[in-house]
Amino acid sequence: MFTFRQANKSIELIDGFLDKIDQGILMFREGVGNYISGNMNSFQDNLKTLSMLEVEADILRRKVENILYTQSLMPQLRGDIMKLLEELDNIIDLAKKNLYQFDVEIPLIPIELHQDLLKLTDLAFRACESVMPASRAYFRDPASIKEKIHRVYLYEKEADKLADAIKRKVFHDMQNLKLSEKFHLRYFTLHIEHLSDAAEKAADLLSIMAIKRTI
Amino acid sequence: MLFLLFISSGLFLGWSLGSNDAANVFGTAVGSRMIKFRVAALIASVFVIIGAVVQGKGGAETLNSLGMVDALAGGFTISLSAAFTVFLMTKRGLPVSTSQAIVGAIIGWNLFTGRQPDYGVLTKIVSTWVSGPLLGMLFSALLYVLFKKTLSKVHIHVIRLDTYIRIGLVVAGAFGAYSLGANNIANVMGVFVHAAPDISLDFGLFVLDGTQVLFLLGGIAIALGIYTYSEKVMKTVGNGILSMSPEAAIIVVLAQAVVLFLFSSSNLSDFMIRIGIPPFPLVPVSSTQVVVGSVLGIGLVKGSREINSKSLGGIGLGWISTPLIAGVLCFFALFFVQNVFHLDIASTTAAEAGQKAIIESHTNTENIVNLIFPGIILVSSVIIVVFVWLLTRQKQLRLKAENELLQQQNQLYQTQRNLNSMEISSIQSAYELLNIKHESKRKEFIDMANNLTEQRMFLDEINLHLNETLTKDKLSEVHDNIRAIQNIIHQKLTFASEKTSFYAEVEKIHKDFKIKLETNYPDLSDHEKKLATLIRLNLSNKEIATLMGISPKSVEVSRYRLKRKLGLEKESSLIEFINQI
Repeated sequence: MFTFRQANKSIELIDGFLDKIDQGILMFREGVGNYISGNMNSFQDNLKTLSMLEVEADILRRKVENILYTQSLMPQLRGDIMKLLEELDNIIDLAKKNLYQFDVEIPLIPIELHQDLLKLTDLAFRACESVMPASRAYFRDPASIKEKIHRVYLYEKEADKLADAIKRKVFHDMQNLKLSEKFHLRYFTLHIEHLSDAAEKAADLLSIMAIKRTI
Repeated sequence: MLFLLFISSGLFLGWSLGSNDAANVFGTAVGSRMIKFRVAALIASVFVIIGAVVQGKGGAETLNSLGMVDALAGGFTISLSAAFTVFLMTKRGLPVSTSQAIVGAIIGWNLFTGRQPDYGVLTKIVSTWVSGPLLGMLFSALLYVLFKKTLSKVHIHVIRLDTYIRIGLVVAGAFGAYSLGANNIANVMGVFVHAAPDISLDFGLFVLDGTQVLFLLGGIAIALGIYTYSEKVMKTVGNGILSMSPEAAIIVVLAQAVVLFLFSSSNLSDFMIRIGIPPFPLVPVSSTQVVVGSVLGIGLVKGSREINSKSLGGIGLGWISTPLIAGVLCFFALFFVQNVFHLDIASTTAAEAGQKAIIESHTNTENIVNLIFPGIILVSSVIIVVFVWLLTRQKQLRLKAENELLQQQNQLYQTQRNLNSMEISSIQSAYELLNIKHESKRKEFIDMANNLTEQRMFLDEINLHLNETLTKDKLSEVHDNIRAIQNIIHQKLTFASEKTSFYAEVEKIHKDFKIKLETNYPDLSDHEKKLATLIRLNLSNKEIATLMGISPKSVEVSRYRLKRKLGLEKESSLIEFINQI
C-alpha cells in the first residue's frame, strides 16, 4: 500500500521525461538554425537526436502511466498528471515532425527571411522552454506555477505576431517568389508557430492543475 | 441467554453505528480510492473495539446517569427505538446521530416511567451537541492552516506526498476509530451497564471486567456494521458536504478524533482536574456533528465557497428530528413491552436501583474466568492457520508462475515449430520451382538442338531436290520436282512437331488446370480444351489462330461454343472464368 519504492521510481521517470522534452526542444532550435545556415550534416545529427529523444520520451511516459495506474497512485491527480505529460509529449512530437518536414520537403528559404525565421524558432523555443520549470513546479511547488507560466503566454503572443509579419512579408513584398514557394514558406511558418501554441496549451492546463492542488 | 436476547437491540444499534459512523473516519479515504475498503474496515474494526474496551467507561457512566435505566427490558426498548430511528433515517439517506437517538429514547423512557431525567447531565450532553462541532471546527481550521503553511514550506514531490497522505489517512483513521469506539460505545451499551455480567476475563496480559466484556460485545457489533454495510456510505460521504482533497480528509478525521478523545478520556479529565482546569465532560458526542463542524472549519478558512448549504440544512434538521423520533418511538414501544409482553421496564424506585448498582460493583470481580490458556491456544491456532495459508498461497503463486512460464515456453516452441514448417514448405516450393525451371531450360536446349538438326535435315532435303531438278531435262519432270519441294515446304509450315512439343510444355506447366477442366467439364472436346489452355495463356485471337491453324474468325466461333459448353452467361467474361479455374 505505501509504495515508496514505486513513488521514487515514478518521480525518477517523470524527471527523466521532462529532461527529454527539454533536450528535444533544444535540438529543434539547433536543427532549424542549422538548416537555415545550410549545415546539413549538423541538421541531420539534430534530426537523429530529436527522433531518439522523442522515442525515449514516449517510452518514459508509458512507464509512468503504467505505474500510476497499476499501483493506484494519486487516484485524484493521476488523470491530470497524465494529461500534462501528454501535452508535453505533444510538444516534442510536433518538434520532431517539423524537423522531419524540413528534411523531406527541403523548403527554399530566401536569405531575407533567415533572421525572421530564426527569431520565430527562438520564440517558439522559449515558449516551450518556459513551460518546463512550471511543469516541474507542479510536482513540488504548485503555488509558484502562476509566476512561471506568464512567460509562456508572452513568448506565444510574440511568436504569433512575428509569424503574421513573416506571412505578410512573403505574400506582399517578395514578388520574385513563385506562389508555390510562398505557400511552402507559409506552411513552415505555421509549423513553427504551432509549437508555441502547444506550449500555451500545456500552460493553460498547468494553471488549472495548480488550482486543483490547493488543499 | 435472556441477557443476550435483551442486549440484542444494543448490538443492533452498534451495527447501525458501525455502518454509519465508520464513514466519518474512513469515508474520504475510501471514497477517493486512497485506501481500499478492506484495509479501512480492518483498521476501523480493530481500533473501535480497542477504544470501546479500554476507554469506553466514562461516557457510558454519564449516559447511564441521565435516566438511571435499571431494567433490562427498559434498556432493550430504548436501544431498539434508537436503533430503529438510526436505521430508518439511514435508509432514507438522512445524516443521523446515534448519540441523539439514544438520548431521545432515554428521555422517552423517562417520560413513560414518570421519572425525572438528570437535567444536569442532560444539559451537559446537549451542550456537547454544540461544543462538539464547534471544537471540531476550531481544530480543523487550526490544522488546516498548519498543514497549508507546512506544505508550502516543505516542497515534497506530489507522488511522495501521496504516499505520506496514505500513511496519514491510516494513522488518523486508526486514531479516529479508537476515539469513536471510546466515545460512542456508551450509545450502544450505556443503558445495559447496570446489568453487566459479573464476570472477569483474564487474558494474561490484561483483565476485562463485566462492563468491558459488554463493551467488547458492542465493539464487535460495531465492527460487524463496518464490514457489512459501511462500504456504500464510505464511498458517498466524501462528496456530500464538501468535495475534499485527501489532505483535507486527514485534517477532518484528526479534528474529529481529537474531539471524541477529549470527550471520552477519563485520564485526561483527571489530569485537567489535577492542574485546576475544568475538565471536558465524558459524554458521548455525535461523530457526524463533529465531522460537519470540522468540514465547516476548513470551509470557513478557505472562504466558505464550497460548502453545500443544502446538505448542512439536512443535517441540522436531523439534529432536531432524530431525538424527537427516537423519543416518540421509545414511548410507544415501552407501552407495548409493558402491556403486551408484561415485562418490567423499570425497577420500583431510583434509590433501589442505586443500591443494586453498588452491590453489583462489589460482586463484579468475584467470578474470574481465566482465559490465558484458551487465549494462547487461540493465538497459536491463528498463527498456524495464517502460516499454513501463507505457505499454501506462496506455493500456489509459485506453481501459477511456473505454469505461466511453461505455457509461454510452449507457445514459443509452437510458434518456432510453425515458423520452421513454413520455412521448410517455402524452401520446398522454391526447390520445386527451380526444378521446373531447370527442366524447362533443359527441354528448351534439347528443342533448340532438335530444331537445328531438323532445319539442317530440311535444308539438305531441299538442296538434294534442287540438285536433282537441275539434272532433269524434261520440263514436266522439273515441274514435278518443284511441286515436291513445295510440298516439303508446306509440310514444314504447318509446324506439326513444334506444336506438339508446345502443347506438351503448356500442359506440363498448367497441369492442375487441365485436370480441373477435365474433371469439371468432361464433355469438352480436345480442340476446346486446347482453346481453353491457350486462352488461359492470355493469347490473342490472332495468336491462337496461328497456333491452331485456323482463321481468327473460326477462333471467335470456337470461343462462343466453349462459352456455351461451360454454361456461361452472354455477358460473363470467358477469360476471367478460365483464369479462376
